[in-house]
Amino acid sequence: MTHAPLTGAAAGIPKAPAKSAGAWALDLLIWGGLAVLLLISMEAVDLGNLSRLITNSANIQSFGADLLRPNFADWRLFVGKMWETIQIALWGTFLAIFLGVPMGLAAARNIAPVWVVQPVRWIMNMLRSVPDLVMGLLFVVAVGLGPLAGVLAIALNTAGVLAKLFSEAVESIDKGPVEGVRATGASKLHEIVWGVIPQVAPLWTSFALYRFESNSRSATVLGLIGAGGIGQVLFDRMNGFAFRDVSAVVIVVIIAVTLIDVLSQAMRRRLL
Amino acid sequence: MSSSTAAVASVRDVSKTYGARKALDGVSVEVGAGEMVALIGPSGSGKSTLLRSITGLHPIDSGGTITVFGEVVQQNGRVTGAVRRARGRLGMIFQQFNLVGRLSLFSNVMLGALGRLPSWRGLFGVWPGADKDKAMAALHRVGVSEYAAQRANTLSGGQQQRGAIARALVQGAKAILADEPVASLDPVSARKVMELLVELNKRDGLGVIVTLHQVDYAIRYCDRVVALQKGKVVYDGPSTGLDTKRLIEIYGPEYEDAFWEAKA
Repeated sequence: MTHAPLTGAAAGIPKAPAKSAGAWALDLLIWGGLAVLLLISMEAVDLGNLSRLITNSANIQSFGADLLRPNFADWRLFVGKMWETIQIALWGTFLAIFLGVPMGLAAARNIAPVWVVQPVRWIMNMLRSVPDLVMGLLFVVAVGLGPLAGVLAIALNTAGVLAKLFSEAVESIDKGPVEGVRATGASKLHEIVWGVIPQVAPLWTSFALYRFESNSRSATVLGLIGAGGIGQVLFDRMNGFAFRDVSAVVIVVIIAVTLIDVLSQAMRRRLL
Repeated sequence: MSSSTAAVASVRDVSKTYGARKALDGVSVEVGAGEMVALIGPSGSGKSTLLRSITGLHPIDSGGTITVFGEVVQQNGRVTGAVRRARGRLGMIFQQFNLVGRLSLFSNVMLGALGRLPSWRGLFGVWPGADKDKAMAALHRVGVSEYAAQRANTLSGGQQQRGAIARALVQGAKAILADEPVASLDPVSARKVMELLVELNKRDGLGVIVTLHQVDYAIRYCDRVVALQKGKVVYDGPSTGLDTKRLIEIYGPEYEDAFWEAKA
């Protein structure tokens, strides 16, 4: 038995697809453009001073030495403030869910009419585009220094993010079960409660937990602008060159945030 | 006209256009109370569109009228306000069952009560005891009560479809509209579902309109057959009148492909 070599032409097999000249040109434009952009941005970001990391090593050495010897004398304060930070994240996320659920439903094209969807999306984009630090500065002015400013900043920013994630989850649901509920003679609200929410519930919960995780990180930073929590302590000790205290604060933050991450990941795994 | 004697559905001069394609083209059909009617025709002939129009799941072109139990549900290209009451009287069965997968079979069947209970009860799922009993009785009747607590998406297709029929029973539906109810099922489950529909028709006097892909099922289980082709009614009469010549008219020369088990 002989095996004739199967040449492309003989077997009628079409040739492998080749990249067209246009596609090559586009690739070159994109990657070349990126390279040029990086080069001209070098000066603006002071990249030439990178060597200072080495030449100023004395600073780093003393800083580093202190960091290696954390001072936990004030640990009650640190842990208390960390707990405040977590509470800020908790309330901020809770209020964000409260705002995000109706917005997320109103921004889903398969649920709401387009004249509702568009304005709601516009508001969502606005909320998301203002970083929570900036939002925090505004609320410090509005409600004064303290945790409430942090809570409100996180709530609004996260509401924008969650509403977008929620609405995308709603847009990807299977419309069959919703029709099944509709066909029983149910009202629009019933359709949402029984046809939509059960389908998106695991995803929504997972998104909310994930945002709680990242909010407990952002709440740490919010203290820097006086919006409560452990960030304030961090900022004070940093300004007082108490680097051993700074080190202790950072360790408390890392442990707390890691714990929250692990817990919330475990919860999310159970959901999906 | 009282709802018990009025026709299940009266479809007059109904067209439905999707872009340039006419899914329904001047269809007129009347289904009386207690009738069991099969809607057949090749894929894309408009049988599902017709069924979904009757229950108001999408609007028809202006010009046509659809009446359900004497109440107008579609007119002038709009679904009227009476549609929710009409949906309550029509139990809809879907090819893909359309149960809410993450809810228990019991909860799914309870949803059948949404249309007739006060709105707040439905919103919070506070079902009256009598309705819970009714749901369990319905599940028992269709033979899946032992799975009541299980999530719907853990059940087989046949079990889910019987759950969907139980949901229609809890609705207190006066008629069943079934859209390809057996197309996603194995032959054994398919026969059980068809026999259940026949039983509801014969014993409970429910009107049944069922779209079927399989002509042998239409002939075996239904007295009357309405055949659609390219959105037009090409046959409306007793299922015994479907001879080879008629079938070739409806399906073309490959009409035997439209049989599932064997040619009748």
